[in-house]
Amino acid sequence: MAERPLAPALRPFEVVGARTFSVVDSLGRFGTFFVDALVAIVTPPFKLRAFIDRINYIGFRSLLIILLTGAFTGMVLGLQVYLTLVRFGSEAFLGPAVALSLIRELGPVLAALMVTGRAGSALTAEIGIMRITEQIDALTVMALNPMRYLVAPSILAGLVTFPLMTALFDVVGIFGGYLVGVELLGLSPGTYFGEMQTFVDMKDIMTGFWKSVSFGVVVTWVCTYKGFNVGHGAEGVARATTQAVVLSSVLILVWDYFMGSILP
Amino acid sequence: MIRVEGLRKSFGRQAVLRDLDLEVATGSITVIIGRSGGGKSVFLKHLIGLVRPDAGRVLVDGVEITHLTGRALDGIRRRYGVVFQGGALFDSMSCAENVAFPLREKLRIPADEIAKRVEAALAQVGLEGVGAKLPAEISGGMRKRVAIARALVTEPEIVFFDEPTTGLDPVLVNTIHHLILDLHRRFRFTALVVSHEIPEIFEIADTVAMLHEGRIVEVGPPGAIQASANRIVRQFIRGEPDSSEGH
Repeated sequence: MAERPLAPALRPFEVVGARTFSVVDSLGRFGTFFVDALVAIVTPPFKLRAFIDRINYIGFRSLLIILLTGAFTGMVLGLQVYLTLVRFGSEAFLGPAVALSLIRELGPVLAALMVTGRAGSALTAEIGIMRITEQIDALTVMALNPMRYLVAPSILAGLVTFPLMTALFDVVGIFGGYLVGVELLGLSPGTYFGEMQTFVDMKDIMTGFWKSVSFGVVVTWVCTYKGFNVGHGAEGVARATTQAVVLSSVLILVWDYFMGSILP
Repeated sequence: MIRVEGLRKSFGRQAVLRDLDLEVATGSITVIIGRSGGGKSVFLKHLIGLVRPDAGRVLVDGVEITHLTGRALDGIRRRYGVVFQGGALFDSMSCAENVAFPLREKLRIPADEIAKRVEAALAQVGLEGVGAKLPAEISGGMRKRVAIARALVTEPEIVFFDEPTTGLDPVLVNTIHHLILDLHRRFRFTALVVSHEIPEIFEIADTVAMLHEGRIVEVGPPGAIQASANRIVRQFIRGEPDSSEGH
């Protein structure tokens, strides 16, 4: 039976209502997708081969971009922070300033953004293509759970690789700061590293660690969800990939603020 | 036996299936014919539990699968083999790994036994020696045959073929049809084939059902369908253009 059209004055309410339902529905699907993934993570059989493959896919293949961006971030930080500190005669604090910026904030955030751009987009595109070419349906009709084969290993690999990528980013960044501060601008190595040991403690390292762990979950969750729920054809995959990268990047920055507020 | 009763499905305002009824006899080859976009693949997805109907029932040997989920539905699916329209082979695996995949994941059998069965499955579809190649490295016809080998390697009771010859040349169309017939004679599975390959498909079918605008408009043996007085069936079989409707 055809629905009777609403009076023109009520149509804006209809549009707002439909939009609200759509948003709530999407959030519900997003949440249940994560719950399904968690169930697949904690219940056997565990897909070790798929997990190792995902570590290679998300982590190992992102190494070069992490090393490159980490080094230049550290070098830029070294230069800019030195030029600022030297105005106050505090250039001795260059080491801790670079290290704290990287360990607490820039390392987890920039490493997560870089891995999202390189591996997150590829993850969405790969799963999206599997969806439109019926490979995910093929798994389902074989009575095999696609969440166990595609999503659970990716989220687990995100949990493992994001902290490792962040640690590498931090180390290379600190070395980049050293190159500029010590080798280029003449600060003594003892001052750079000595002050760092004084001011950086385990609490700072754990702040960066928990951030990177949560980013690993958020990025792999968003990217696998977008791939799983891709639209039709090549355009659908392209749109899902763009949405996955944009949403992951925004969530990284928003979540970073909340984590920064909660963690000591 | 597969029995479908009053199946209805709409996507938005578009009704795709409207009170569809059909019976597929055990051990037979039943072919669903109909125009492109007529709901054949959607119908097939209901039978394999990928799409849920708005109304109606699908019964497999008396068990209603329409509302089954989780392990109960998986139990039914373990009896199935499905050949998808595009093959749906896993790109990242070689042809042999694709065929081995359901064996490795579903059955707990030793690796050397899996290798033997994969080799035999590929030989059955005439693809000895291509096991090491990736799906992207072989032709469309070979991909379809690998997909058939993968669907049959677990020796399913019911096999669904979703347009297994789409996009292939006439020689390959006949090759695939005869392969289905040959494998059916050997393994005696129940086959449901969705196709619009007319008239070649009549050679392999025990029963043909014509799906038009979401309903089965005619069902019977190939000879009866070919001699049908139904205007819609005649138009489809003869490939008459739309403008002939109403003449």
